[in-house]
Amino acid sequence: MAIRTEPIVLNMGPQHPSTHGVFRMRVTFDGEVIVGLDPVFGYLHRGIEKLAESRTYTQFIPLTDRLDYLASMSNNFAYCLAVERLAGIEVPERAEYIRVIMAEAMRISSHLMAVGFFLNDCGASVYTPLIYMYREREKLLDLFDMVSGQRLTYNYMRIGGVSHDLPPEFLPALRKFVREMPAFIDEYDQLLAENEVLLARTKGVGILPRELAINASASGPVLRASGVKWDLRRKDPYSIYSRFAFDIPTAETGDSYDRYWVRVQEMRQSVRILEQALAQIPEGPVRAEVPHLVRPPRGEVYSRIEAPKGELGFYIVSDGSVAPYRLHVRGPSFINLTALREMCLGWKLADAIAILGSLDIVMGEVDR
Amino acid sequence: MTRALAGAEVAAKIKGALPGAGVKGEGGTLWVEARDLFPVARYLKEEPGLAMDYLANLTAADYLDHFEVVYHFLSMQHNHSLVLKVRLEGRGELGVPSVTPLWKGADFQEREVYDLLGIAFSGHPNLKRILTWEGFPGHALRKDFV
Amino acid sequence: MEIAPLGGVPENFLELDRVEGEGVMALQERARAPIPDPAGWLEGEVPRGLLVTSLGAFLGWGRKFSVWPVSFGLACCAMEMVATAASRFDISRFGMEFFRASPRQADLMIVSGTLTWKMAPQLKRIYDQMPEPKWVVAMGQCATSGGPFAESYFVVPGVNRLVPVDVYVPGCPPRPEALLYGLMKLHEKIARENRALRRGP
Repeated sequence: MAIRTEPIVLNMGPQHPSTHGVFRMRVTFDGEVIVGLDPVFGYLHRGIEKLAESRTYTQFIPLTDRLDYLASMSNNFAYCLAVERLAGIEVPERAEYIRVIMAEAMRISSHLMAVGFFLNDCGASVYTPLIYMYREREKLLDLFDMVSGQRLTYNYMRIGGVSHDLPPEFLPALRKFVREMPAFIDEYDQLLAENEVLLARTKGVGILPRELAINASASGPVLRASGVKWDLRRKDPYSIYSRFAFDIPTAETGDSYDRYWVRVQEMRQSVRILEQALAQIPEGPVRAEVPHLVRPPRGEVYSRIEAPKGELGFYIVSDGSVAPYRLHVRGPSFINLTALREMCLGWKLADAIAILGSLDIVMGEVDR
Repeated sequence: MTRALAGAEVAAKIKGALPGAGVKGEGGTLWVEARDLFPVARYLKEEPGLAMDYLANLTAADYLDHFEVVYHFLSMQHNHSLVLKVRLEGRGELGVPSVTPLWKGADFQEREVYDLLGIAFSGHPNLKRILTWEGFPGHALRKDFV
Repeated sequence: MEIAPLGGVPENFLELDRVEGEGVMALQERARAPIPDPAGWLEGEVPRGLLVTSLGAFLGWGRKFSVWPVSFGLACCAMEMVATAASRFDISRFGMEFFRASPRQADLMIVSGTLTWKMAPQLKRIYDQMPEPKWVVAMGQCATSGGPFAESYFVVPGVNRLVPVDVYVPGCPPRPEALLYGLMKLHEKIARENRALRRGP
């Protein structure tokens, strides 16, 4: 007497409390073990690349904000760098320092959210770790509010620098934040690094081997957790990153716990960079003399930065007019999803959610 | 710093190893014929001096009378990069061999190019629309799409 | 006892995708004009009788203090919605303690973020699954009118093409204080409209 079973297809649909936005997975189970996974996205496809062809270069900056909306200024940064490389514009010193300060603050803010949502997915009840993360993130959001008037999508950087200078209260407030942040990361580490439940849920779960990570074009903390010491701020420095001293945290195995650990260590390194930048920032203009309607010469450029989620690249083709001819966004979350199927095979349903949480995707970037 | 390789020297190397390949180096770009794409890509990946093990970006652009498929490669060992382009004439049925068997990262990016620009990749394991829905009328990023 | 297997592991789902695609296009055809906002309470449909008036007022007072939203965060506005639910702009002091995952247990849908045509059938389905009485808040510019992406080929120009909207909260994204103000306006509306006599969905 034998019982033959059939696999069941479960739809973890676009509206789901733990899928980080409108992401859908059609998972095939044999019992409770995953034997197949088909991701479906496009539920947030806004056609940004098509809209870019009918906007001027400066008008497109607010649209870049909405790509990775957890770290908006990083997207601004990547786009402005690409246009400046294409048009050959020099950025003044103070603007470079402000951009680096904003980029690192965005990295801390994005990693706080990533870790908070990851713990949420692992089951640390509804929103408790998230509320802790939000406590620190609200301090950062107040700083950004001081600078640009907005809490989430800032539209602060411009082609040739930043939009306007920092208000006088900003730097002392940032110094205070930088002094207090390491204590918070320590408190956080102490609560969670030895936590049995977290270790059981994430150690050895969803391993991404080194060769597969490189082959599947993974980037950012996902790549560094698999043992590849590759960080664009070191290997291909852009802006003024070559002036700062910082480490690249890398882990060995590539399981979910390593991805979480790499993000926490990166927050510490970002605080280090912020301290150095605060000590070195000069006075001066914050924006280069750029015409109102930027017309880069004919040509193309592919320029990339190390965004919090990975390698964010912009491929811009210009035909000499005020709007780009073709603009393509290389979204790190989109490409990090390539390896999701291999990472989830053989694990159970709840692990799939935890693995997806550790990948840290943002649907604005996946779908554009 | 990542060094951008010059197209001409890479073209010379490829012609040395694969004679008869339709490659041409121009500035920082390597132009390849569509029919030779797969052997050239495999050579770029496996040749120890080039060792392009990371596909950074795969996209395409519509230039009204022709299409261009653009590949950005990167080598983690040697820290150099290369731009490869394939030119496809006309606007009708367009096809390019897929490089997904070599670099798994090309999987979703090729599906996106197929979805938004209508270029079919032969040899792709699962070529269906990814961002729009099946049955979406037309290809969205083409210049003649309304 | 034998249980015979019906089929193997489906690999491609292409047929399913095609059927869903046709569903999206059918919805696009039906959603050509915006649904008018339920504003009958403003003109004052005067309820008849003392008993019905008091009952309606009592029900309205009771309902407004424990409206439970269904979590429908789509894009950037969802982050501000989560910030509203966090400890600084605590939303649970207004009774919206917990964002229900299942629409069957919720009475409010806060549409936060850009709605695309591909997502539209799911929105309609979630709205239909909510039991009466139910309200909809359109949070942010994208839900109100399409926002910065209004000309795109893929964005629904405003959620009111599909569902009737009670409160529009403008902003891109609106600050948590703005969302709380919009929710307080919704409370006023719930208290004042006499739901016992409202007709239609």
